[in-house]
Amino acid sequence: MERLILRRVGKPEDEMLINFGPQHPSTHGVLNFLVETDGEVMKRAVPEIGYLHRALEKIGEAVSYPGFMPYTDRIDYVAAMFANEGYAIAVEKLLKLEVPPRAQWLRAISCELCRIASHLVAVGAMASDIGASTPLVHALRERETLNDLIEALCGARLTYNYHRIGGVAYDMPTGWRDRVLKYLDHFDTYIQEFDRLISFNAIYVKRLANVAVISKAAAIDYGLVGPNLRGSGMDWDVRRDAPYGAYPSFNFEVPVGRGFQGTIGDAYDRYFVRMLEMAQSSRITRQALETMPEGETMAKVPRKIKPEAGEALSRVESARGEMAYYVISDGTDKAYRVRARTGSFTAMSIIEDISPGLMVADLIALIASFDVVAPEIDR
Amino acid sequence: MKVNDIHEKLMAEFGDAVGPLTEPKIDPFAVVKGDRIVDISRFLKTTLGIELDHCNVISGVDWPKRNVIEVVYHLFSYRHRHGIVLKVEADRAKPVVPSVEGVWKTANWMERECYDLLGVEFTGHPDLRRILLPDDWEGYPLRKDYQEHGGYHGISNERENPLVELRRLDEKRKAERPPAAPAPQAAPPAPSTPVAPATPAKA
Amino acid sequence: MASRDTMDAGIGGDILMSHTSQLDSLINLARLNSLHYLLFGLACCGIELMQTGGPRADLDRFGAVFRASPRQSDFMIVAGTLTYKMAERCKLLYDQMAEPKYVVSMGSCSNCGGLFQLAYSVCKGVDKIIPVDVYIPGCPPRPEALTEGFLRLQELVRRERWKDKTRPRVQPAAAPASRIA
Repeated sequence: MERLILRRVGKPEDEMLINFGPQHPSTHGVLNFLVETDGEVMKRAVPEIGYLHRALEKIGEAVSYPGFMPYTDRIDYVAAMFANEGYAIAVEKLLKLEVPPRAQWLRAISCELCRIASHLVAVGAMASDIGASTPLVHALRERETLNDLIEALCGARLTYNYHRIGGVAYDMPTGWRDRVLKYLDHFDTYIQEFDRLISFNAIYVKRLANVAVISKAAAIDYGLVGPNLRGSGMDWDVRRDAPYGAYPSFNFEVPVGRGFQGTIGDAYDRYFVRMLEMAQSSRITRQALETMPEGETMAKVPRKIKPEAGEALSRVESARGEMAYYVISDGTDKAYRVRARTGSFTAMSIIEDISPGLMVADLIALIASFDVVAPEIDR
Repeated sequence: MKVNDIHEKLMAEFGDAVGPLTEPKIDPFAVVKGDRIVDISRFLKTTLGIELDHCNVISGVDWPKRNVIEVVYHLFSYRHRHGIVLKVEADRAKPVVPSVEGVWKTANWMERECYDLLGVEFTGHPDLRRILLPDDWEGYPLRKDYQEHGGYHGISNERENPLVELRRLDEKRKAERPPAAPAPQAAPPAPSTPVAPATPAKA
Repeated sequence: MASRDTMDAGIGGDILMSHTSQLDSLINLARLNSLHYLLFGLACCGIELMQTGGPRADLDRFGAVFRASPRQSDFMIVAGTLTYKMAERCKLLYDQMAEPKYVVSMGSCSNCGGLFQLAYSVCKGVDKIIPVDVYIPGCPPRPEALTEGFLRLQELVRRERWKDKTRPRVQPAAAPASRIA
């Protein structure tokens, strides 16, 4: 570690070097930053990652295609549905498999519920990091109800393993549709309640507005995706612009950062885009429940999945932005290479370059506004 | 613009440094010469009408049979909604590929990851060091012939089967049963001296 | 150490044999109802840990509040996959905690490596690094399971005797003290 510090920032004289993390409540898992500060102002924050590197890409080469599905849950445990879906789509592309409509609708519903659950943790944890501890408790309460709904659908609270190659594991249970609709009625009013609780709180706005501004060009250059990209004013959503699954059938808006309380691309924009996205997810879920087609939930999939040699890239819009799976098949029943591209990894790479001049406390706001989760960074 | 059009423009600009586009079985790709990758990338990013501004993924793939390591670039344009997949092949014994960090900033970390897991050296990279694994890690795990070398810093990577250990404790206690109550010395010994046949974890 | 060892060995009936004095039970009563845990969410289990502290499972009602610093914590919940890179930090955190200290291993990954047996970078169980008092199975364990594990830990504290409360210093990673469950 010392060697690294000396090599990277030279010999510190009147500056302080602070090791921040990996065990720190505001790091959203296990991240480590080497922060070089002059008083409260940072000269630079260098992220050190890899504390949760679980060799998932190597495991993907060692297990069968369906066998990797539970592992994808662990790539992004806060929003596991998307990781499932991305991998399933990649393998379906290799197999040239058509997914039945009902399964696609169920995928969209489960994903949007999961997006709400994930964004709830994001905004709740963000408020908690900024110093307001109440919103996290509120958000967790809502998340518990969502977890119940998803549990009724697939039997798990956190690591769902619901999507299958060729469809989804189970159809909706009886009465589930009404439960979801009832919950969404509550949730639509709840967003306003949450807004009243924290979104326009003067201290909260001051801590986030005009902090850590990322321009549109920088966001694209560093490969930011999802809400972080849209927060910077880039109007791009994989669901709308490179559609997959059932999404072409739904009407929804893509919220974009407009400088809600300050500059376009500040931490507040990234926060508020998530709040707006939750309302859109609720809207998509309602539409999907209304227009749900009848039919099978699984395509005819051979018992032993053996795609012909080739390679495919799938892109899905995860809660943390575009998630891409690059799967290479060599014709056997195990993938030759599985590569997951995740939003948090690229989001972390920008921190070193925008940290100079920020206050130490703003680093917390910055990490929280990116909504990074450790396994997505390290995989 | 279709993939073919981008590829034709590339061929026109760089000639035989760009290989042919593969059959569009699933996702087509083109193999390009490694030493021109920076020029090609800059061309693709800056040429009007192509503008591949989003470097989606850079991944490394090991092919021991062909004795190459491929570096795969998935490029995409937000404005024109098209993309292309490029591959660079490097010698497996000493893989060296020029860095495209100067073209897309996001390549910085992706190339570091590729270096970390596959050992591809990116020339011109400003900060090429391990990113996911510890600095003193040996070997490049995503290579197909990677062998685990049993743990790290004295932490063994084998897991004793707890059932074996429990049975051993039971037997030990049975043997010590005759002298009255179970003595507190019947504590499990430190596992540094594994007596029972430990079943190693599948590695 | 008697109570701990008998409990570890899986012979629950013998625990009654180690009686505690009146003063011990009074001190233990105070201690077990104010066990503060170190917030050490490593991976997936960290989210369940968070939700256990949240409004529904509400670990708070047993007097367990999370602390961000190891120096203020009584026990550590190792929630998630421990990689080799993190293992050394984990040991450091454990050493920073004040005696008496306990460790709860939450989830298959920290119990034995769990799902990640095939991974080259994952430590196969936290008990290779630090001694563990309570193991909670599950991937990830539900908040109810964690609550149950916490109650077990309270039982362990309740039966402890004053003179047994400190444990020998753990040797460095070369010979990690571990127990099986």
